[in-house]
Amino acid sequence: MNLEELEQIAENLREGNARFDHEINVCMGTGCLSQHSDRLKDELAKAVAASGKKVLVRRTGCMGLCAAGPLVLIDPDKTLYQHVNTAHAETVVNSLGSEPVAELQCNLRAHFEEQVHVVLENSGHIDPEKIDDYIARDGYKALVKALTEMTPGDVIREVTESGLRGRGGGGYPTGLKWSTVAKAAGDAKYVICNGDEGDPGAFMDRSVLESDPQRVLEGMAIAAYAVGASKGYVYVRAEYPLAVSRLTASLREARRRGLLGANICNTQFSFDVEIRLGAGAFVCGEETALIASIEGKRGTPRPRPPYPAVGGLWNKPTLINNVETFANIPPILRNGGKWFARLGTEKSKGTKVFALTGKITNTGLVEVPMGISLRQIIEGIGGGVPGGHAFKAVQTGGPSGGCIPKELLDIEVSYESLIQAGSMMGSGGMIVMDDTSCMVNVARFFIEFCMTESCGKCIPCRAGTAQLHTLLTRICSGSASIADLDLLIDLCGTVKETSLCGLGQTAPNPILSTLRYFKDEYMEHIVHKRCPAGVCNMQARQTDASPLEVMA
Amino acid sequence: MATYGSMPDPPSADKRWKIVTGTMRKNGFARHALIEALHTVQSSFGYLDDAAIRFVAGSLRVPLSQAYGVATFYHYFNLTPPGRHTMTICTGTACYIKGTDKLVAEAEKRLGVAQGRTTSDGNITLMTARCVGACGRAPVVLADGELNGQMTCEQMIEQLERWAAE
Repeated sequence: MNLEELEQIAENLREGNARFDHEINVCMGTGCLSQHSDRLKDELAKAVAASGKKVLVRRTGCMGLCAAGPLVLIDPDKTLYQHVNTAHAETVVNSLGSEPVAELQCNLRAHFEEQVHVVLENSGHIDPEKIDDYIARDGYKALVKALTEMTPGDVIREVTESGLRGRGGGGYPTGLKWSTVAKAAGDAKYVICNGDEGDPGAFMDRSVLESDPQRVLEGMAIAAYAVGASKGYVYVRAEYPLAVSRLTASLREARRRGLLGANICNTQFSFDVEIRLGAGAFVCGEETALIASIEGKRGTPRPRPPYPAVGGLWNKPTLINNVETFANIPPILRNGGKWFARLGTEKSKGTKVFALTGKITNTGLVEVPMGISLRQIIEGIGGGVPGGHAFKAVQTGGPSGGCIPKELLDIEVSYESLIQAGSMMGSGGMIVMDDTSCMVNVARFFIEFCMTESCGKCIPCRAGTAQLHTLLTRICSGSASIADLDLLIDLCGTVKETSLCGLGQTAPNPILSTLRYFKDEYMEHIVHKRCPAGVCNMQARQTDASPLEVMA
Repeated sequence: MATYGSMPDPPSADKRWKIVTGTMRKNGFARHALIEALHTVQSSFGYLDDAAIRFVAGSLRVPLSQAYGVATFYHYFNLTPPGRHTMTICTGTACYIKGTDKLVAEAEKRLGVAQGRTTSDGNITLMTARCVGACGRAPVVLADGELNGQMTCEQMIEQLERWAAE
């Protein structure tokens, strides 16, 4: 494979598609599929056949606006239809070539215009299981360019220059991680793609894997070339069956095209990827736990150092990056690190994909440049809180993050500013809450999550999260005293400072951030035995507030 | 426990064991294929029983304690047979904010079993999941694996009653 051959594949596909006057793209991401967009696609194909028009009906990945699904995008006119069902198929096909169907049209200018798509540039435009669709949109150009024109050092320099930071939540500079693995000595090295998106309320990685899986494989192959690895693993949750099946199909396609396997592009470089299924353990998102899981063991973390970059999978140097991080690599190599560095803020470059959910009008997936304000995302792109309710807080970073109140809505989205606000970037979950949500109850929800997901290896996390949960349950049932609140704050500090891995170290964050901004709600529960949002059952009192017995 | 070099026989003549052995063979009977093999058992039989865990552990020469440890550590593995139908309610954050706790309480009341359990007639299993990634459609319920978004209490009960009437 070389650049000319890639161009030939793209040209052939374009010629084939030129036979059609129109293209109907049907969103078949998990959200729209749950509303039977697969049947819709069949109906559309039938209607096209009956009409005799030259129309291509294409299955695509996620178009982002899950709230308005099933979505249908008509090319080349770029008309977007929302809430389309099988009964509309004939009307939609008949309208091709004339006026669009007004009552189905989605006119959410504000939603789409403020977004910048880098990672999602192909989502909703290509058939995720057809590699040629990806190649026709500049796919694999970056890999071929890297293999034929660049040294591994050049690739790392380009990634470093882009300023890309890990999109899994930590924000570690990607270029630095790559160069550490490249420098590490070892006869074998591995590249792992972390698709164990355990954060409840986040689905960016699922969507990227479902909508544009080749992009992730290309990013991994480039990384493998840069660090000197020849074997890769994608660790993906078993709860994402569609992502797994599309990834499996994509691996087959990539091998068929000679873009994975031995001697890619007639060079010395060989690389192949295997899928490993997670089995429902949040802690496996932590890199050392994930490695243990790939080795077939219980997913428990171990102390670092040694870091995976030096001694990871089977004690060999291992590069672990998140799905979205790998998805950023092809455009960086295609357009150059400088291009990427122009997007975003001084320390947080590029764009970030967020899963916008909760009490917000336009739920779905959005991609915004770093540095945009939370207000622009929530009120502009998200369309604000529905039902006449008042915005109360936005939760980012999942169980490791915190709640940001409305006073801080104008802060910019960057790794630093979110940490300063007591939350964190996290993997990209953004859950909006209104005046019907009780912040103490939300904190309790997250602690319950961390308690059940604690792997049990270290005491502060195993016993600490259970005690935190007991204290919060007391507050939420009206049986807590002020002394309990002091104990809660004290224990948060202990768990944070002494836990072994990120799960325990960040578990108190939802409590600390709600205490920081919504202490009055805590006091109302404790002093007046009243839940201002009317969520907590204050009569429950003693029922489940007895301390949990946990073996220390 | 099998000694090094000898392969244990499958627990029964059921043909599905060939699929399980196939997964292990594909991975060269390496110890790290344990989770993959258990996944295959669960997708073929619906759950993992003692005989299955022993067979996989013996074939891969993994200590029984480790195999049992792995089977119980990961939430995805069931150690008891599921009912004829499974209702899985998502309890991720987005679904929680949209009131999924009421769905769970209502389903528990209706079926008379706690989450994670099967009704005594073996008909319906009630499960909760930590986010299935369809947060844009919250609250979400999986009825026999099929995803249903923006679920109301009434719709869920309707489904449960349809199953009960079968």
